[in-house]
Amino acid sequence: MNLGIHLDTTVNQTIIEEIKEPDIIHAIEAKDLNVFYGDFLAVREVDLVIQAQKITALIGPSGCGKSTVLRSFNRMNDLIPTARTTGEVLFHGKNIYKEGVDPVEVRKRIGMVFQKPNPFPKSIYENIAWGVHINGFKGSKSDMDNLIEQTLRSAALWDEVKDKLHDSGLSLSGGQQQRLCIARTIAIRPDIILMDEPCSALDPISTLKIEELMRDLSEEYTIIIVTHNMQQAARVSEFTAFFSLTENRAGVLMEYGLTIQLFTNPKNKITEDYITGRFG
Amino acid sequence: MSDYEKPSMDLFQPNYDRPEADLFEDTLDKRHRVGRVWKVVFQISTVIGIIALATLILKIFNDTMGYAAIQYKKNPATISTTGKSLEEMSCSELWPILAENVSKNRLRTIEREKILEERTKTECYNLVMFEVAEPTVKKTWPLLASLINYQEIQAYTAEKYPEGDLTFKVWITKSFILSPQSDDPLKAGIKTAILGSLFIILIVIIISFPIGVAAAIYLEEYATQNRINNIIQTNINNLAGVPSIIYGMLGLAVFVRYLEPITSGALFGFSDPTTANGRTILSAGLTLSLLILPVVIINGQEAIRAVPNSLRQASYGMGATKWQTVWSHVLPNALPGILTGTILAVSRAFGETAPLVVVGAATFITFSPESIFSKFTSVPIQIYQWTARPQDAFQNIAAAAIIVLLVLLLVLNATAVFLRNRYSRRW
Ligand SMILES: Nc1ncnc2c1ncn2[C@@H]1O[C@H](COP(=O)(O)OP(=O)(O)OP(=O)(O)O)[C@@H](O)[C@H]1O
Ligand SMILES: [Mg+2]
Repeated sequence: MNLGIHLDTTVNQTIIEEIKEPDIIHAIEAKDLNVFYGDFLAVREVDLVIQAQKITALIGPSGCGKSTVLRSFNRMNDLIPTARTTGEVLFHGKNIYKEGVDPVEVRKRIGMVFQKPNPFPKSIYENIAWGVHINGFKGSKSDMDNLIEQTLRSAALWDEVKDKLHDSGLSLSGGQQQRLCIARTIAIRPDIILMDEPCSALDPISTLKIEELMRDLSEEYTIIIVTHNMQQAARVSEFTAFFSLTENRAGVLMEYGLTIQLFTNPKNKITEDYITGRFG
Repeated sequence: MSDYEKPSMDLFQPNYDRPEADLFEDTLDKRHRVGRVWKVVFQISTVIGIIALATLILKIFNDTMGYAAIQYKKNPATISTTGKSLEEMSCSELWPILAENVSKNRLRTIEREKILEERTKTECYNLVMFEVAEPTVKKTWPLLASLINYQEIQAYTAEKYPEGDLTFKVWITKSFILSPQSDDPLKAGIKTAILGSLFIILIVIIISFPIGVAAAIYLEEYATQNRINNIIQTNINNLAGVPSIIYGMLGLAVFVRYLEPITSGALFGFSDPTTANGRTILSAGLTLSLLILPVVIINGQEAIRAVPNSLRQASYGMGATKWQTVWSHVLPNALPGILTGTILAVSRAFGETAPLVVVGAATFITFSPESIFSKFTSVPIQIYQWTARPQDAFQNIAAAAIIVLLVLLLVLNATAVFLRNRYSRRW
């Protein structure tokens, strides 16, 4: 399989040295994270440190708990009645599962983009304005207009929608809808953006546009993306976490490291089988 | 599709070399035959439904007009002495005739009701008709019989009511809709009942819509799956199936008897000597509200459940609270469904009779309701009372009232459709 990676060992080396630095910023960190659905242990003992302002990809076979881990980073699992989480998820050094932490506050700081584009059945303008508004925006109408233009520009959508801001968000194409969803997420200035297979419902061109957008956004935001597309993981992410299943179908973190390393020189046999497509 | 063409067996080469080939037999013919049989079954069912509906409507329509044998105490043709017919006369010409033919006391009463100058020509004409001519309906014939058997009807009338008049009468008229209840089928109208029904329905909407929607939101968005909530849910589902007369009994016990100080208005310093013991519009409205509440809740829940979860996730994912999610996304998107469900439930309340009989609908009131503490009657109650009367003509006005009821229901349902389309188009 051609992964589109041109191995450049010198660059590789410097990056590795860089992450060994002690003052690296941890955007979010899972410590001994277990997630249950009822009695079923879906994710077991995950320890994962996500670097700030980088793109981290979560890959692995279907059902290994990638989405589950992703959702536990902003407590979206709370919305599933049977879900139960143990362990810690540290955000700014604070366990977001500690008693007294408001999941609403967590989700404001850690936004989420879903697999299927899900704009609100409102206008493009309102799609962005709503989130800004409910999070206590104090500015005037023109401040809001500016913020929306700026947001749509950073989401690489402005030129396509500037003449129809008051059309329904649902009138856009799938790719545009997904960028709108990204736009409304970054409009509230989160620290981290979680993306669960954001391109799986899109055509290749839209996919490339979103990948480009992700690279731009990673200068400002920490991005965690779940993907089934190896090339995509290789193309956009700097770090990759590979999840796999144990015999009793619990998801575990098999290998985690620089994308370039994980794809070219996996330490683990299962990882290698998976990324080379030999996974059973 | 009936124009399916059976392919000849050699249309495709049989693939005998496939190992499972002998596991399949050619059942295509049979499958198409079964399909055709079911299609006929569906068609017949539809036709039966349409026939039933058409029969109902024709039957009612049949009674709303037709010949009527009317006998006068004084024939209208002989009342006028000038040779001019009564219809053509103006009010000032009619008034002397009236004065001549009724007692002094009666005339004074009539004048006290409304003076001559304020009366319209039709009013004067009606006065002369009812006060002087005094028509009584002896026998009526439905429309179909009137058209087919005119000769027989004429002969029958001539023989039985020699002084009677045979006129073609349309029972559903403007004055029928605008007149209050009366003992005389020629004067009786449906206005009191329509107003009663509208008052009651207004109360039903005001009470059951907000409570029902709020409960539906709670059950769908807030309640967690636990024992208590499951019991509540099961109870609501069962309550929707409880016969309406039971609600009538509940209403009688609770609203009419127990809460009488409130439902009679006594607590608010409202004293209406004609209102007996809390049998008021308020009691009726509250009873019917209870009756449809479970249905409103269940419809609301269904509409809320139909809002895609992806919207809720999108909302929560942006740091919205539960309340913000419900208010900005769940409710607006569920609203068309909620409104439709509520209006359909309300139209059920509109047609309810049994619980109102139990709660104590007035059997005979001629004055329009003035407030929610008035005595009440409603359109279905009125229909029920008229059909129970032995005289022919009451059957005719009952049919006319049924038409009024059907039209009102149609308006309600059309509103539901309109609202649904309007709110759905918004996005
Ligand atoms: N809402 C839920 N209720 C019960 N079990 C669930 C729920 N969501 C996920 N699971 C289970 O948890 C396990 C992990 O699911 P998850 O969706 O996280 O996998 P995934 O890695 O994202 O898979 P995919 O790549 O197919 O999206 C699966 O076995 C799944 O059946
Ligand atoms: Mg998933």
